[in-house]
Amino acid sequence: MSLALDKPRSPRRPSARRSNGELYSWLFMRLSGLLLVVLVLGHLFIMNILDGGVHKINFGFVAGRWASPFWQFWDLAMLWLAQIHGGNGVRTVINDYARKDSTRFWLKMLLYVSMVLIISLGTFVIFTFDPNISN
Amino acid sequence: MTATAETTAGSRGSQPPVPDGAVTVTVKIRRFNPEVDDEPRWDSFDIPALPSDRVLNLLHHIKWYVDGTLTFRRSCAHGICGSDAMRINGVNRLACKVLLKDLLLKGDKQTTITIEPIKGLPVNKDLLVDMEPFFEAFRAVKPYLVTYGNEPTRERIQSVADRERFDDTTKCILCACCTTSCPVYWTEGSYFGPAAIVNAHRFIFDSRDEGAEERLDILNDIDGVWRCRTTFNCTDACPRGIQVTKAIQEVKRALLFKRV
Repeated sequence: MSLALDKPRSPRRPSARRSNGELYSWLFMRLSGLLLVVLVLGHLFIMNILDGGVHKINFGFVAGRWASPFWQFWDLAMLWLAQIHGGNGVRTVINDYARKDSTRFWLKMLLYVSMVLIISLGTFVIFTFDPNISN
Repeated sequence: MTATAETTAGSRGSQPPVPDGAVTVTVKIRRFNPEVDDEPRWDSFDIPALPSDRVLNLLHHIKWYVDGTLTFRRSCAHGICGSDAMRINGVNRLACKVLLKDLLLKGDKQTTITIEPIKGLPVNKDLLVDMEPFFEAFRAVKPYLVTYGNEPTRERIQSVADRERFDDTTKCILCACCTTSCPVYWTEGSYFGPAAIVNAHRFIFDSRDEGAEERLDILNDIDGVWRCRTTFNCTDACPRGIQVTKAIQEVKRALLFKRV
């Protein structure tokens, strides 16, 4: 039992939403981080160190790689994981540092829109890449 | 009380004789008087003090003999009650547990000690902050024994090993050093903060308690344990030596594996 006038000026906290969203996002950050270490370091190693490094990269090189479903999957996984991992990180930064609810809302909207745009564009390119485009 | 008392006079009259072996230190205090100031300001006092003095002694000296308007909390003055948490030289400490000899500069250089109110809570006056948001978060995690069913006729027995699990978090004195050292709490006051999580931990891992699930649900929310960025400021600040960040991680683990 509590009185209606019990601590009248104490701040009020909304009741818990009983959702595991924050747990899953926290877990996703750890798991995707581990995967990204392999994917990104592997990508950097292939692109910048093996076989003459960055000078070998041209249209033909990219076309050759994306002819294989393995590299398509590698790049797709890297794109999605990096975007969502980074986006989720920026989301937590916005949650931590935005002072007004409206600032928080619009910054997050901007973030989500940019994430969706980049993920869709990248996915679209990986799957519809045409090696004969120059002909 | 007469309103004619000079604001620059201490509340206990003139200064006592300076003891042998005293050194002069500058105490720089961030002050705010809501009736006069629009913005907080810095005040400096040159105080004679012994190396064995505590920072609280310096504040007493100022309040008693130099400027009686200086406002701060202190109750037991021996590190038990947790009233005098403040930011001393940029870190949260209890003023009654910091010895001057640990702050003195080497050689003949004059030491300056900066003292600010703890961050993230509204300042009422000088070093006195409104602790209500802190206690609201504390109350929200149900920091009391929750049981269901019939009450046992005897006391609730607990093994030594079961008691050991939450021993560390029983030490909390609610001084707010940890919560107000947390960068997430500074910018987003709706975060429960380390102290509330420590006190939830104390009951979540208590074998006699049956409210673990309710508390875990509360801490699973957006303002709960997932907000923790493991900066370890809280562990560093705790005057009782509680491994605060570890306690928060244990709550995260309990949520992750659905096991207390």
